[in-house]
Amino acid sequence: MLNGSLFFGFFLSLFCYWVAAKIAKRFPYTILNPLLLSAVFIIIILSVLHIDYDTYNEGAQYLSYLLTPATICLAVPMYRQIQVLKKHFIAIFFSMLAGCLACALVILGLSFVFHLDTQIYHALQPKSITTAIAIGVAEEAGANSTITVAAVILTGLIGAIGAKTFCRILKITHPVAVGLACGNAAHAIGTSKALEFGEVEGAMSSLAIVTAGIMTVILVPIFA
Amino acid sequence: MKYLYQFLVILGFSFAGEMIHAVVPLPVPASVYGLVLLFVCLMLGVVKLNQIEEAADFFLQIMPVLFIGASVSLMNIIQDILGSLTAIIIITVISTFVVMGVTGKTAQYIIERKEKGDLMRHGHQ
Repeated sequence: MLNGSLFFGFFLSLFCYWVAAKIAKRFPYTILNPLLLSAVFIIIILSVLHIDYDTYNEGAQYLSYLLTPATICLAVPMYRQIQVLKKHFIAIFFSMLAGCLACALVILGLSFVFHLDTQIYHALQPKSITTAIAIGVAEEAGANSTITVAAVILTGLIGAIGAKTFCRILKITHPVAVGLACGNAAHAIGTSKALEFGEVEGAMSSLAIVTAGIMTVILVPIFA
Repeated sequence: MKYLYQFLVILGFSFAGEMIHAVVPLPVPASVYGLVLLFVCLMLGVVKLNQIEEAADFFLQIMPVLFIGASVSLMNIIQDILGSLTAIIIITVISTFVVMGVTGKTAQYIIERKEKGDLMRHGHQ
């Protein structure tokens, strides 16, 4: 009955996200991330009702199509914060580069330690950048982008949950530094956390999403 | 009509990014080309903020929703990666905090050193 329905997946996605956002607002714990919650809801609903993923994706794919224009729109907050970007250009550039290099090296080293498949290694490489760019990078490297999405979402949640405590322990206190750390490590989910810390933190985190995306796009083929 | 026009501009950049992706043989997704192109056009004043701002903010706000389909697709592959799941989780946790620490500490160090330098110069004037 649902086969061929164009609006079932679309409707279910929006509905579950709406419910998840309500819950997240009522219980403001970082672990209750709306994206994570809605995905869990949909997986449970599909499993219980024995509906397969393809039937769901028949409609849900149209949401995914909008990822490209949405990513392009990240240029807007970046342009709005051009003054902060100019003032702290050197600090931004070198800290982002250091972070992205550290990320590449740690993933390479740990993949070696765990004897991971090359496919999984390639899928993990772009895990700290925003999903839209990460999917593109992983697919270009010939990896399974689903593992990438899993790693990206996990990264975001871990980063957002741990950011406050971790920055305090390491004495990362300057708003620009905190924002860059959140955005470079935990992309959009980290940015939503950074916005709670303050406006400068949020803006720098948005900038970090874009910068990390571009740097990782350049670095991944080098570490292939 | 305002939204139609703003949406049109953003789709134009999406299309341009796609075309660059098709022509240039680099592992760069179309969205990154479009993003850089839009940023450059904003800087050069070719595109004004008020030509895209409302539609862009709409896209940024709904961004998490656009990832639901990809997240749900996890149910298809969880069986295949079960063997490496522990490794993937450990690598994700460690690397996330390494990136956060290295990025934050480097930025903090450079900014503090610069602010100290500025203070010294002002002191001499």
